[in-house]
Amino acid sequence: MATDGSDILARLADRFGAAIQGTEDRFGDHTAVVERVAVADVLAFCRDDPGLRCDLLMDLTAVDYLTYPGREDGPRFEVVYHLYSVPHNHRIRLKIGLDEDDAVLASAVPLWPIANWFEREVWDMFGIRFEGHPNLRRLLLYEEFRGHPLRKDYPVNRRQPLIGPRD
Amino acid sequence: MGIGDFVTTTLDAALGWARKYSIFQYPFVTACCGMEYMATSCSHYDIDRFGAGLPRFSPRQADVLFVVGTISHKMAPVLRRIYDQMTEPKWVVAFGVCTCTGGFYDNYATVQGIDTIVPVDIYIPGCPPRPESVLDGLMKLQEKIAIGRQRY
Repeated sequence: MATDGSDILARLADRFGAAIQGTEDRFGDHTAVVERVAVADVLAFCRDDPGLRCDLLMDLTAVDYLTYPGREDGPRFEVVYHLYSVPHNHRIRLKIGLDEDDAVLASAVPLWPIANWFEREVWDMFGIRFEGHPNLRRLLLYEEFRGHPLRKDYPVNRRQPLIGPRD
Repeated sequence: MGIGDFVTTTLDAALGWARKYSIFQYPFVTACCGMEYMATSCSHYDIDRFGAGLPRFSPRQADVLFVVGTISHKMAPVLRRIYDQMTEPKWVVAFGVCTCTGGFYDNYATVQGIDTIVPVDIYIPGCPPRPESVLDGLMKLQEKIAIGRQRY
């Protein structure tokens, strides 16, 4: 039986109180902004609670709000989890804000093995580390690459060729 | 043959003529241009007319390296190694804009033209190039092979 998105948000707010920093429902996508210290508990609750049963981690990605209008004083990064429940056919999205100088988050690999490669990709592209990850190496780029190219302060024209001319 | 049963030629011209009609390609296919390469290779456009109907999937048996699709910086050493494994004489065709210039991938990941890694003989632009463009490029390559010009 599908649970309405606003009911899920209410349950999360009931269970975790102040650790849910805010909720929104834009275009029917129900989203909770979660405090960083509570992320492992919230994710485990979403997976294991009989009423939620979000057994599928559909996506784990990040956003860099460095130059985003209206977000100058908020946390620089946001890590985004998209969860889906196969038995209940409902979805929920979780967002966690992270500051640049302390971009570390608890790993979701113990809950969903698929998080392994998602978290490696986020480390590769954004330089956000996941504590407890079994093998946090670059996923797509090569080991010699310096920096994280999807950060907004990575220069668009910077090339790091392995062979051939360098600029 | 006509009146007599012999023709006169030079060794270079005879070799060039033989080579241009026995192109053994190595298709280095990395991206979407591969679809257009397949269309060109199959019966409708019949690349066999130009003696290029038999791709060799070993660089050691190939004369022409077809680089078909975007080359990333991570892939560049692999491409260079494949090129080095080919025996001479050898030619390289850059197939599609990504191999010619990087195309619209002006970013951290993409090689801005494979001529920064290996010498290129023929550039076939297009995103992807139509089979007609590919055949045009192939005929230009044949002209180059016939007069024995190459850039290795």
